[in-house]
Amino acid sequence: MLIEKSKFISNTSITKNTYLIKVFSPSIAKTAKPGQFCNIKVSENSFPLLRRPFSICDVEGDYLYFMFDVHGEGTRLLRDKNEGEELDIIGPLGIGFDLIGDYDTAIFIAGGLGSAPFPFLSKNIPAMIEIHSFIGGRSKENVIEYKMKNVSAATDDGSYGFQGNVVELFINKLTAYNTKKIRVFACGPNPMLKALQNVCNEKNINCQLSVETVMACGFGICQGCPIEKYNGDGYFLVCKDGPVFNSLAVKI
Amino acid sequence: MSKVDLSIKIGPLELKNPVLLASGTVGYGNEIANFTDLSKIGGIVTKSLSLKPRLGNPPQRITETPSGMLNAIGLANVGVEEFIKTKIPFLKEVNSTLICNIAASSVEEYVECTKILTDEESIKAFEINVSCPNVKEGGLEFGNDLKAVGRITAETKKVTDKPIFIKLSPNVARISEFAKVVYSEGGDAVSAINTLVGTSFNIWTKRPKIKNITGGLSGPAIRPVALAKVLEISRNCPIPIIGIGGILTWQDAIEFMIVGATAFQIGTANFINPNSGLDILKGIEEFCIQTNITKISDLTASYQI
Repeated sequence: MLIEKSKFISNTSITKNTYLIKVFSPSIAKTAKPGQFCNIKVSENSFPLLRRPFSICDVEGDYLYFMFDVHGEGTRLLRDKNEGEELDIIGPLGIGFDLIGDYDTAIFIAGGLGSAPFPFLSKNIPAMIEIHSFIGGRSKENVIEYKMKNVSAATDDGSYGFQGNVVELFINKLTAYNTKKIRVFACGPNPMLKALQNVCNEKNINCQLSVETVMACGFGICQGCPIEKYNGDGYFLVCKDGPVFNSLAVKI
Repeated sequence: MSKVDLSIKIGPLELKNPVLLASGTVGYGNEIANFTDLSKIGGIVTKSLSLKPRLGNPPQRITETPSGMLNAIGLANVGVEEFIKTKIPFLKEVNSTLICNIAASSVEEYVECTKILTDEESIKAFEINVSCPNVKEGGLEFGNDLKAVGRITAETKKVTDKPIFIKLSPNVARISEFAKVVYSEGGDAVSAINTLVGTSFNIWTKRPKIKNITGGLSGPAIRPVALAKVLEISRNCPIPIIGIGGILTWQDAIEFMIVGATAFQIGTANFINPNSGLDILKGIEEFCIQTNITKISDLTASYQI
Protein backbone atom coordinates (compact mmCIF):
# COMPACT_ATOMS: atom_id res chain seq x y z
CA MET A 1 0.00 0.00 0.00
CA LEU A 2 1.72 3.17 -1.18
CA ILE A 3 1.23 6.40 -3.07
CA GLU A 4 2.64 6.24 -6.57
CA LYS A 5 2.75 9.03 -9.14
CA SER A 6 1.93 6.99 -12.20
CA LYS A 7 2.28 7.91 -15.82
CA PHE A 8 -0.88 7.71 -17.89
CA ILE A 9 -0.16 5.58 -20.95
CA SER A 10 -3.34 5.03 -22.91
CA ASN A 11 -7.09 4.89 -22.94
CA THR A 12 -9.10 2.41 -24.98
CA SER A 13 -12.83 2.32 -25.46
CA ILE A 14 -14.23 -1.14 -24.65
CA THR A 15 -17.91 -0.48 -25.26
CA LYS A 16 -19.91 2.68 -25.86
CA ASN A 17 -19.38 4.12 -22.38
CA THR A 18 -16.73 1.83 -20.90
CA TYR A 19 -13.04 2.64 -20.98
CA LEU A 20 -9.83 0.82 -20.17
CA ILE A 21 -6.86 2.89 -19.10
CA LYS A 22 -3.28 1.77 -18.81
CA VAL A 23 -0.86 3.41 -16.38
CA PHE A 24 2.81 2.90 -15.57
CA SER A 25 2.83 2.04 -11.90
CA PRO A 26 5.60 -0.46 -11.19
CA SER A 27 5.54 -0.42 -7.40
CA ILE A 28 1.83 -1.01 -7.12
CA ALA A 29 1.91 -3.55 -9.96
CA LYS A 30 4.54 -5.56 -8.12
CA THR A 31 2.37 -6.33 -5.10
CA ALA A 32 -1.19 -6.14 -6.50
CA LYS A 33 -3.47 -9.12 -6.00
CA PRO A 34 -6.68 -9.91 -7.89
CA GLY A 35 -9.73 -8.23 -6.41
CA GLN A 36 -7.76 -5.39 -4.82
CA PHE A 37 -8.35 -1.79 -5.83
CA CYS A 38 -6.62 1.55 -6.14
CA ASN A 39 -7.81 4.99 -5.07
CA ILE A 40 -7.05 7.49 -7.81
CA LYS A 41 -6.87 11.27 -7.63
CA VAL A 42 -8.42 12.27 -10.94
CA SER A 43 -7.71 15.99 -10.71
CA GLU A 44 -4.89 18.14 -9.39
CA ASN A 45 -7.19 20.62 -7.67
CA SER A 46 -9.95 20.19 -5.12
CA PHE A 47 -12.67 19.39 -7.61
CA PRO A 48 -13.53 16.62 -7.36
CA LEU A 49 -12.10 16.61 -3.86
CA LEU A 50 -11.91 12.91 -3.12
CA ARG A 51 -10.11 10.10 -4.84
CA ARG A 52 -12.07 7.58 -6.86
CA PRO A 53 -11.77 3.85 -6.13
CA PHE A 54 -11.25 1.48 -9.07
CA SER A 55 -10.80 -2.27 -9.20
CA ILE A 56 -7.49 -3.41 -10.55
CA CYS A 57 -8.58 -4.79 -13.90
CA ASP A 58 -5.30 -6.24 -15.02
CA VAL A 59 -1.58 -6.15 -14.38
CA GLU A 60 1.02 -6.60 -17.10
CA GLY A 61 4.58 -6.21 -15.86
CA ASP A 62 4.93 -2.63 -14.62
CA TYR A 63 1.54 -1.59 -15.93
CA LEU A 64 -1.87 -1.42 -14.29
CA TYR A 65 -5.20 -1.40 -16.08
CA PHE A 66 -8.43 0.10 -14.80
CA MET A 67 -11.86 -0.25 -16.37
CA PHE A 68 -14.62 2.26 -15.75
CA ASP A 69 -17.87 3.72 -17.03
CA VAL A 70 -18.16 7.45 -17.44
CA HIS A 71 -20.98 8.54 -15.18
CA GLY A 72 -19.76 11.65 -13.40
CA GLU A 73 -17.21 14.40 -13.32
CA GLY A 74 -14.47 12.18 -11.89
CA THR A 75 -14.68 9.49 -14.52
CA ARG A 76 -15.03 12.08 -17.28
CA LEU A 77 -11.74 13.66 -16.16
CA LEU A 78 -10.10 10.26 -16.09
CA ARG A 79 -11.31 9.46 -19.60
CA ASP A 80 -9.87 12.72 -20.90
CA LYS A 81 -6.34 12.25 -19.55
CA ASN A 82 -3.55 12.42 -22.08
CA GLU A 83 -0.55 10.20 -22.53
CA GLY A 84 2.28 11.22 -20.23
CA GLU A 85 0.08 12.94 -17.64
CA GLU A 86 0.68 11.97 -14.04
CA LEU A 87 -1.94 10.21 -11.98
CA ASP A 88 -1.65 10.08 -8.21
CA ILE A 89 -2.59 6.54 -7.20
CA ILE A 90 -2.83 4.87 -3.80
CA GLY A 91 -2.74 1.12 -3.91
CA PRO A 92 -2.96 -1.77 -3.90
CA LEU A 93 -5.77 -1.56 -1.36
CA GLY A 94 -8.07 -3.98 0.41
CA ILE A 95 -8.37 -7.72 0.49
CA GLY A 96 -8.94 -9.42 -2.84
CA PHE A 97 -10.33 -12.79 -3.90
CA ASP A 98 -9.51 -15.89 -1.91
CA LEU A 99 -8.11 -18.32 -4.45
CA ILE A 100 -6.96 -21.00 -2.07
CA GLY A 101 -9.13 -24.04 -1.55
CA ASP A 102 -10.46 -27.21 -3.05
CA TYR A 103 -12.25 -26.46 -6.34
CA ASP A 104 -11.83 -27.54 -9.95
CA THR A 105 -14.07 -24.96 -11.61
CA ALA A 106 -14.04 -21.21 -11.09
CA ILE A 107 -17.30 -19.51 -11.96
CA PHE A 108 -17.03 -15.81 -12.70
CA ILE A 109 -20.25 -13.85 -12.43
CA ALA A 110 -20.21 -10.24 -13.56
CA GLY A 111 -22.91 -7.62 -13.95
CA GLY A 112 -22.18 -4.56 -16.07
CA LEU A 113 -18.89 -3.02 -15.05
CA GLY A 114 -18.51 -5.92 -12.61
CA SER A 115 -16.33 -7.52 -15.30
CA ALA A 116 -13.52 -5.21 -14.21
CA PRO A 117 -11.54 -7.41 -11.78
CA PHE A 118 -11.73 -10.65 -13.81
CA PRO A 119 -8.91 -10.26 -16.36
CA PHE A 120 -6.39 -10.11 -13.50
CA LEU A 121 -8.16 -12.84 -11.56
CA SER A 122 -8.12 -15.17 -14.61
CA LYS A 123 -4.34 -14.98 -14.74
CA ASN A 124 -4.02 -16.01 -11.14
CA ILE A 125 -6.38 -18.95 -11.14
CA PRO A 126 -4.22 -22.12 -11.31
CA ALA A 127 -4.01 -23.54 -14.83
CA MET A 128 -5.75 -26.85 -14.05
CA ILE A 129 -8.87 -25.03 -12.88
CA GLU A 130 -11.52 -24.41 -15.53
CA ILE A 131 -13.03 -20.95 -15.78
CA HIS A 132 -16.63 -20.35 -16.81
CA SER A 133 -17.93 -16.79 -17.08
CA PHE A 134 -21.49 -15.57 -16.74
CA ILE A 135 -21.84 -11.95 -17.76
CA GLY A 136 -24.93 -9.81 -17.50
CA GLY A 137 -25.93 -6.40 -18.74
CA ARG A 138 -29.04 -4.34 -19.46
CA SER A 139 -28.45 -4.71 -23.18
CA LYS A 140 -25.82 -6.18 -25.52
CA GLU A 141 -23.70 -3.04 -25.31
CA ASN A 142 -23.45 -3.38 -21.51
CA VAL A 143 -22.08 -6.92 -21.62
CA ILE A 144 -18.35 -6.56 -21.07
CA GLU A 145 -16.51 -9.65 -22.28
CA TYR A 146 -13.02 -8.18 -22.16
CA LYS A 147 -10.56 -11.05 -21.57
CA MET A 148 -13.29 -13.30 -20.18
CA LYS A 149 -13.22 -17.04 -20.87
CA ASN A 150 -16.08 -19.44 -21.75
CA VAL A 151 -18.70 -16.73 -21.69
CA SER A 152 -22.45 -17.20 -21.22
CA ALA A 153 -24.25 -13.87 -21.53
CA ALA A 154 -27.54 -12.58 -20.16
CA THR A 155 -29.29 -9.33 -21.05
CA ASP A 156 -32.38 -7.75 -19.53
CA ASP A 157 -33.77 -6.96 -22.98
CA GLY A 158 -32.74 -10.24 -24.59
CA SER A 159 -30.58 -8.48 -27.18
CA TYR A 160 -27.73 -10.86 -26.46
CA GLY A 161 -27.71 -14.35 -24.92
CA PHE A 162 -30.22 -15.33 -22.27
CA GLN A 163 -33.07 -12.92 -21.62
CA GLY A 164 -33.12 -12.19 -17.92
CA ASN A 165 -30.56 -11.54 -15.25
CA VAL A 166 -27.24 -13.24 -14.94
CA VAL A 167 -28.04 -14.92 -11.63
CA GLU A 168 -31.09 -16.60 -13.20
CA LEU A 169 -28.85 -17.77 -16.01
CA PHE A 170 -26.38 -19.20 -13.50
CA ILE A 171 -29.17 -20.98 -11.62
CA ASN A 172 -30.41 -22.50 -14.91
CA LYS A 173 -26.95 -23.87 -15.61
CA LEU A 174 -26.21 -25.06 -12.09
CA THR A 175 -27.07 -28.71 -12.71
CA ALA A 176 -24.27 -28.87 -15.29
CA TYR A 177 -21.85 -28.44 -12.39
CA ASN A 178 -23.26 -31.26 -10.26
CA THR A 179 -20.13 -33.32 -10.65
CA LYS A 180 -17.76 -30.37 -10.26
CA LYS A 181 -16.32 -28.64 -7.26
CA ILE A 182 -17.11 -25.03 -7.97
CA ARG A 183 -16.15 -21.71 -6.45
CA VAL A 184 -18.00 -18.55 -7.43
CA PHE A 185 -16.29 -15.19 -7.85
CA ALA A 186 -18.68 -12.31 -8.41
CA CYS A 187 -18.69 -8.58 -8.96
CA GLY A 188 -21.57 -6.34 -9.92
CA PRO A 189 -24.46 -4.27 -8.62
CA ASN A 190 -25.72 -5.02 -5.11
CA PRO A 191 -29.10 -6.54 -6.14
CA MET A 192 -27.21 -9.04 -8.31
CA LEU A 193 -24.79 -9.87 -5.51
CA LYS A 194 -27.61 -10.28 -3.05
CA ALA A 195 -29.52 -12.69 -5.31
CA LEU A 196 -26.35 -14.66 -5.91
CA GLN A 197 -25.50 -14.70 -2.21
CA ASN A 198 -28.92 -16.24 -1.46
CA VAL A 199 -28.39 -19.01 -4.00
CA CYS A 200 -24.83 -19.81 -2.97
CA ASN A 201 -25.46 -19.74 0.75
CA GLU A 202 -28.49 -21.99 0.34
CA LYS A 203 -26.59 -24.49 -1.79
CA ASN A 204 -23.35 -24.32 0.22
CA ILE A 205 -21.35 -22.96 -2.68
CA ASN A 206 -18.20 -21.08 -1.73
CA CYS A 207 -18.86 -17.61 -3.08
CA GLN A 208 -16.59 -14.56 -3.10
CA LEU A 209 -18.38 -11.27 -3.57
CA SER A 210 -16.64 -8.07 -4.60
CA VAL A 211 -18.86 -5.26 -3.36
CA GLU A 212 -18.93 -1.63 -4.33
CA THR A 213 -19.62 1.34 -2.10
CA VAL A 214 -18.98 5.03 -1.64
CA MET A 215 -15.54 5.58 -0.19
CA ALA A 216 -13.30 8.44 0.83
CA CYS A 217 -9.82 7.42 1.99
CA GLY A 218 -9.74 3.80 0.83
CA PHE A 219 -7.51 2.53 3.63
CA GLY A 220 -9.54 2.56 6.82
CA ILE A 221 -9.18 5.97 8.43
CA CYS A 222 -12.39 7.70 7.44
CA GLN A 223 -14.75 4.85 8.40
CA GLY A 224 -17.00 5.94 5.57
CA CYS A 225 -17.60 2.58 3.87
CA PRO A 226 -19.22 0.21 6.36
CA ILE A 227 -20.98 -3.00 5.36
CA GLU A 228 -23.06 -4.90 7.87
CA LYS A 229 -21.70 -8.18 9.14
CA TYR A 230 -23.80 -11.22 8.32
CA ASN A 231 -24.37 -11.96 12.00
CA GLY A 232 -25.57 -8.39 12.56
CA ASP A 233 -22.77 -7.68 15.00
CA GLY A 234 -21.57 -4.36 13.62
CA TYR A 235 -19.75 -3.51 10.44
CA PHE A 236 -16.78 -4.36 8.30
CA LEU A 237 -15.12 -1.63 6.29
CA VAL A 238 -15.33 -2.34 2.57
CA CYS A 239 -11.97 -0.67 1.89
CA LYS A 240 -9.96 -2.55 4.47
CA ASP A 241 -11.81 -5.77 5.27
CA GLY A 242 -13.02 -6.11 1.65
CA PRO A 243 -13.85 -5.22 -1.06
CA VAL A 244 -14.12 -8.99 -1.51
CA PHE A 245 -16.09 -10.85 1.14
CA ASN A 246 -17.20 -14.43 1.50
CA SER A 247 -20.95 -14.57 0.94
CA LEU A 248 -21.33 -15.84 4.50
CA ALA A 249 -19.63 -12.79 5.98
CA VAL A 250 -21.76 -9.80 5.03
CA LYS A 251 -25.32 -8.57 4.61
CA ILE A 252 -25.88 -6.96 1.25
CA MET B 1 19.03 21.87 11.67
CA SER B 2 16.09 24.00 10.76
CA LYS B 3 16.66 27.73 10.79
CA VAL B 4 13.09 28.29 11.86
CA ASP B 5 11.86 27.55 15.35
CA LEU B 6 8.75 25.57 14.56
CA SER B 7 7.87 24.70 18.14
CA ILE B 8 4.71 26.06 19.67
CA LYS B 9 2.98 26.04 23.03
CA ILE B 10 -0.71 25.41 23.50
CA GLY B 11 -1.20 26.38 27.10
CA PRO B 12 1.25 24.15 28.98
CA LEU B 13 1.67 21.71 26.08
CA GLU B 14 4.80 22.09 24.00
CA LEU B 15 4.77 20.66 20.50
CA LYS B 16 7.63 20.40 18.05
CA ASN B 17 5.51 22.02 15.36
CA PRO B 18 1.96 23.30 14.88
CA VAL B 19 0.77 20.47 12.63
CA LEU B 20 -1.82 18.20 14.19
CA LEU B 21 -3.85 15.51 12.48
CA ALA B 22 -7.54 15.93 13.25
CA SER B 23 -9.73 13.53 15.13
CA GLY B 24 -11.67 11.14 12.94
CA THR B 25 -9.26 11.49 10.04
CA VAL B 26 -6.39 9.36 11.31
CA GLY B 27 -8.15 6.56 13.17
CA TYR B 28 -5.68 5.49 15.84
CA GLY B 29 -2.67 6.12 13.67
CA ASN B 30 -1.93 2.61 12.44
CA GLU B 31 -3.30 2.90 8.91
CA ILE B 32 -1.93 6.36 8.15
CA ALA B 33 1.50 5.34 9.46
CA ASN B 34 1.89 3.42 6.19
CA PHE B 35 2.07 6.74 4.38
CA THR B 36 3.54 9.28 6.75
CA ASP B 37 6.09 9.53 9.56
CA LEU B 38 3.96 10.26 12.60
CA SER B 39 6.99 11.06 14.75
CA LYS B 40 7.59 14.21 12.69
CA ILE B 41 4.05 15.54 13.07
CA GLY B 42 3.29 17.90 15.94
CA GLY B 43 0.72 15.45 17.20
CA ILE B 44 -2.23 13.30 16.31
CA VAL B 45 -5.71 13.55 17.70
CA THR B 46 -7.39 10.17 17.99
CA LYS B 47 -10.78 9.25 16.69
CA SER B 48 -13.33 10.20 19.37
CA LEU B 49 -13.34 7.68 22.18
CA SER B 50 -16.34 6.85 24.28
CA LEU B 51 -16.47 4.80 27.44
CA LYS B 52 -17.94 1.79 25.63
CA PRO B 53 -17.33 0.84 21.99
CA ARG B 54 -19.72 2.35 19.43
CA LEU B 55 -20.59 0.64 16.16
CA GLY B 56 -21.34 3.89 14.36
CA ASN B 57 -24.13 4.71 11.95
CA PRO B 58 -25.42 2.39 9.22
CA PRO B 59 -24.36 3.12 5.64
CA GLN B 60 -24.40 5.38 3.70
CA ARG B 61 -22.14 7.45 5.92
CA ILE B 62 -20.46 9.84 3.53
CA THR B 63 -21.03 11.74 0.33
CA GLU B 64 -18.93 14.15 -1.64
CA THR B 65 -20.13 17.74 -2.08
CA PRO B 66 -18.61 20.71 -3.92
CA SER B 67 -15.08 21.04 -2.51
CA GLY B 68 -16.11 19.10 0.54
CA MET B 69 -17.69 16.02 1.97
CA LEU B 70 -20.51 15.21 4.35
CA ASN B 71 -20.01 12.53 6.93
CA ALA B 72 -22.17 10.93 9.56
CA ILE B 73 -19.92 8.21 10.92
CA GLY B 74 -21.64 8.25 14.29
CA LEU B 75 -18.52 8.12 16.46
CA ALA B 76 -17.66 4.52 15.60
CA ASN B 77 -14.85 3.66 18.00
CA VAL B 78 -13.29 0.83 19.96
CA GLY B 79 -14.00 2.27 23.41
CA VAL B 80 -11.57 3.37 26.08
CA GLU B 81 -10.56 -0.09 27.32
CA GLU B 82 -9.66 -1.52 23.92
CA PHE B 83 -7.89 1.73 23.03
CA ILE B 84 -5.58 1.41 26.02
CA LYS B 85 -4.98 -2.28 25.39
CA THR B 86 -4.37 -2.37 21.65
CA LYS B 87 -3.99 1.12 20.21
CA ILE B 88 -1.74 2.97 22.65
CA PRO B 89 1.16 0.48 22.30
CA PHE B 90 1.32 1.16 18.56
CA LEU B 91 1.16 4.92 19.00
CA LYS B 92 4.01 4.70 21.50
CA GLU B 93 6.04 2.65 19.09
CA VAL B 94 5.76 5.20 16.28
CA ASN B 95 6.74 7.92 18.76
CA SER B 96 3.80 10.15 18.03
CA THR B 97 2.55 12.89 20.32
CA LEU B 98 -0.88 11.81 21.31
CA ILE B 99 -3.92 13.94 22.00
CA CYS B 100 -6.93 11.91 22.96
CA ASN B 101 -10.33 13.01 21.72
CA ILE B 102 -13.26 12.11 23.94
CA ALA B 103 -16.94 12.01 23.03
CA ALA B 104 -19.70 11.18 25.46
CA SER B 105 -23.41 11.36 26.01
CA SER B 106 -23.29 12.74 29.54
CA VAL B 107 -21.04 14.95 31.62
CA GLU B 108 -20.33 11.93 33.82
CA GLU B 109 -19.13 9.92 30.83
CA TYR B 110 -16.74 12.70 29.75
CA VAL B 111 -15.34 12.76 33.26
CA GLU B 112 -15.08 8.98 33.52
CA CYS B 113 -13.22 8.67 30.20
CA THR B 114 -10.81 11.44 31.11
CA LYS B 115 -10.19 9.89 34.51
CA ILE B 116 -9.36 6.48 33.03
CA LEU B 117 -7.16 7.83 30.24
CA THR B 118 -5.23 10.38 32.26
CA ASP B 119 -3.06 7.63 33.75
CA GLU B 120 -1.73 6.79 30.30
CA GLU B 121 1.63 8.46 30.14
CA SER B 122 1.68 8.71 26.36
CA ILE B 123 -1.44 10.87 26.25
CA LYS B 124 -0.27 14.47 26.35
CA ALA B 125 -3.61 16.27 26.25
CA PHE B 126 -7.34 15.77 25.83
CA GLU B 127 -9.59 17.21 23.21
CA ILE B 128 -13.19 17.12 24.35
CA ASN B 129 -15.66 16.76 21.52
CA VAL B 130 -18.78 18.67 22.50
CA SER B 131 -19.79 19.23 18.92
CA CYS B 132 -20.37 16.01 17.00
CA PRO B 133 -23.39 16.69 14.82
CA ASN B 134 -24.07 13.04 14.07
CA VAL B 135 -25.15 11.30 17.24
CA LYS B 136 -28.52 11.44 18.93
CA GLU B 137 -27.33 11.96 22.48
CA GLY B 138 -24.58 14.31 23.49
CA GLY B 139 -22.65 15.92 20.72
CA LEU B 140 -24.27 19.11 19.56
CA GLU B 141 -26.74 18.98 22.41
CA PHE B 142 -23.78 20.03 24.57
CA GLY B 143 -22.04 22.11 21.96
CA ASN B 144 -25.01 24.46 21.72
CA ASP B 145 -25.32 24.98 25.45
CA LEU B 146 -22.97 27.46 27.12
CA LYS B 147 -23.63 26.07 30.58
CA ALA B 148 -22.98 22.48 29.51
CA VAL B 149 -19.72 23.41 27.78
CA GLY B 150 -18.63 25.26 30.91
CA ARG B 151 -19.51 22.33 33.13
CA ILE B 152 -17.75 19.78 30.95
CA THR B 153 -14.62 21.95 30.93
CA ALA B 154 -14.63 22.41 34.69
CA GLU B 155 -15.42 18.77 35.51
CA THR B 156 -12.85 17.24 33.17
CA LYS B 157 -10.19 19.68 34.42
CA LYS B 158 -10.80 18.38 37.93
CA VAL B 159 -9.78 14.82 37.07
CA THR B 160 -6.64 15.44 35.05
CA ASP B 161 -3.47 17.52 35.22
CA LYS B 162 -3.14 17.31 31.46
CA PRO B 163 -4.29 20.11 29.17
CA ILE B 164 -7.95 20.13 28.16
CA PHE B 165 -8.93 21.41 24.72
CA ILE B 166 -12.60 21.85 23.91
CA LYS B 167 -13.60 21.24 20.30
CA LEU B 168 -16.23 23.81 19.46
CA SER B 169 -19.15 23.69 17.11
CA PRO B 170 -19.54 26.28 14.37
CA ASN B 171 -23.28 25.67 14.47
CA VAL B 172 -23.83 28.45 17.01
CA ALA B 173 -24.51 32.18 16.74
CA ARG B 174 -21.47 33.47 18.68
CA ILE B 175 -18.64 30.97 18.94
CA SER B 176 -16.52 33.42 20.97
CA GLU B 177 -19.04 33.15 23.83
CA PHE B 178 -18.23 29.43 24.02
CA ALA B 179 -14.51 30.12 23.95
CA LYS B 180 -14.94 32.58 26.83
CA VAL B 181 -16.74 29.96 28.91
CA VAL B 182 -14.00 27.42 28.24
CA TYR B 183 -11.40 30.01 29.19
CA SER B 184 -13.12 31.03 32.40
CA GLU B 185 -13.58 27.41 33.47
CA GLY B 186 -9.88 26.71 33.08
CA GLY B 187 -9.78 25.08 29.64
CA ASP B 188 -6.35 25.26 28.03
CA ALA B 189 -7.41 25.79 24.41
CA VAL B 190 -10.28 25.53 21.99
CA SER B 191 -10.26 23.59 18.75
CA ALA B 192 -12.28 25.39 16.11
CA ILE B 193 -14.14 24.30 14.19
CA ASN B 194 -15.93 20.97 14.10
CA THR B 195 -18.01 20.25 10.98
CA LEU B 196 -21.00 22.26 9.82
CA VAL B 197 -24.36 20.54 9.65
CA GLY B 198 -25.35 19.88 6.05
CA THR B 199 -27.31 17.53 3.85
CA SER B 200 -27.58 16.39 0.26
CA PHE B 201 -30.46 14.71 -1.57
CA ASN B 202 -30.68 12.46 -4.58
CA ILE B 203 -33.00 14.30 -6.98
CA TRP B 204 -34.28 11.10 -8.63
CA THR B 205 -35.19 9.18 -5.50
CA LYS B 206 -35.84 12.30 -3.39
CA ARG B 207 -34.00 10.58 -0.58
CA PRO B 208 -31.10 11.88 1.49
CA LYS B 209 -27.74 10.58 0.30
CA ILE B 210 -26.71 9.96 3.90
CA LYS B 211 -28.70 7.53 6.00
CA ASN B 212 -28.51 9.87 9.00
CA ILE B 213 -30.16 12.53 6.75
CA THR B 214 -27.73 15.22 7.87
CA GLY B 215 -23.99 15.02 8.20
CA GLY B 216 -21.02 17.17 9.06
CA LEU B 217 -19.56 19.18 6.21
CA SER B 218 -15.77 19.31 6.00
CA GLY B 219 -13.13 20.13 3.43
CA PRO B 220 -12.11 23.34 1.69
CA ALA B 221 -15.78 24.31 1.34
CA ILE B 222 -15.86 25.27 5.02
CA ARG B 223 -12.49 27.02 5.23
CA PRO B 224 -13.77 30.63 5.03
CA VAL B 225 -16.31 29.89 7.77
CA ALA B 226 -13.64 28.32 9.95
CA LEU B 227 -11.29 31.26 9.43
CA ALA B 228 -14.03 33.69 10.43
CA LYS B 229 -14.77 31.70 13.60
CA VAL B 230 -11.09 31.53 14.56
CA LEU B 231 -10.76 35.26 14.00
CA GLU B 232 -13.87 35.94 16.08
CA ILE B 233 -12.45 33.94 18.98
CA SER B 234 -9.04 35.50 18.61
CA ARG B 235 -10.44 39.04 18.81
CA ASN B 236 -12.66 38.33 21.79
CA CYS B 237 -10.90 35.85 24.03
CA PRO B 238 -7.28 35.24 25.05
CA ILE B 239 -7.53 31.42 24.95
CA PRO B 240 -5.16 29.57 22.56
CA ILE B 241 -6.90 28.35 19.40
CA ILE B 242 -6.26 25.23 17.37
CA GLY B 243 -7.56 26.06 13.90
CA ILE B 244 -9.40 23.42 11.88
CA GLY B 245 -11.42 23.57 8.69
CA GLY B 246 -10.53 22.57 5.16
CA ILE B 247 -6.77 22.94 5.28
CA LEU B 248 -5.33 21.31 2.16
CA THR B 249 -2.14 23.29 1.60
CA TRP B 250 0.53 25.13 3.58
CA GLN B 251 -0.98 28.42 2.45
CA ASP B 252 -4.26 27.44 4.12
CA ALA B 253 -2.41 26.59 7.32
CA ILE B 254 -0.57 29.94 7.37
CA GLU B 255 -3.90 31.71 6.91
CA PHE B 256 -5.28 29.99 10.03
CA MET B 257 -2.26 31.05 12.07
CA ILE B 258 -2.53 34.63 10.89
CA VAL B 259 -6.17 34.89 11.98
CA GLY B 260 -5.34 33.58 15.42
CA ALA B 261 -4.48 29.88 15.51
CA THR B 262 -1.54 28.70 17.61
CA ALA B 263 -1.65 25.31 15.96
CA PHE B 264 -3.86 23.74 13.31
CA GLN B 265 -5.31 20.39 12.40
CA ILE B 266 -5.37 18.64 9.06
CA GLY B 267 -8.58 16.68 8.57
CA THR B 268 -10.23 15.77 5.30
CA ALA B 269 -6.91 16.32 3.48
CA ASN B 270 -5.61 13.12 5.10
CA PHE B 271 -8.16 11.13 3.10
CA ILE B 272 -6.77 12.51 -0.14
CA ASN B 273 -3.10 12.80 0.69
CA PRO B 274 -2.21 10.86 3.84
CA ASN B 275 1.18 12.59 3.85
CA SER B 276 -0.31 16.08 3.67
CA GLY B 277 0.69 16.93 7.24
CA LEU B 278 4.38 16.67 6.40
CA ASP B 279 3.93 18.35 3.02
CA ILE B 280 2.29 21.28 4.79
CA LEU B 281 5.02 21.38 7.44
CA LYS B 282 7.64 21.67 4.73
CA GLY B 283 5.67 24.46 3.05
CA ILE B 284 5.27 26.55 6.18
CA GLU B 285 8.94 26.20 7.03
CA GLU B 286 9.89 27.47 3.57
CA PHE B 287 7.40 30.32 3.96
CA CYS B 288 9.04 31.32 7.24
CA ILE B 289 12.49 31.29 5.70
CA GLN B 290 11.28 33.30 2.74
CA THR B 291 9.59 35.92 4.93
CA ASN B 292 12.30 36.04 7.62
CA ILE B 293 10.18 34.56 10.36
CA THR B 294 12.45 32.88 12.90
CA LYS B 295 9.73 31.66 15.24
CA ILE B 296 6.57 30.17 13.76
CA SER B 297 4.63 31.25 16.83
CA ASP B 298 5.15 34.88 15.75
CA LEU B 299 2.62 34.19 13.02
CA THR B 300 -0.22 33.56 15.46
CA ALA B 301 -2.77 36.38 15.37
CA SER B 302 -0.45 38.49 13.25
CA TYR B 303 -3.39 39.83 11.26
CA GLN B 304 -3.44 43.46 10.23
CA ILE B 305 -6.96 44.78 10.28
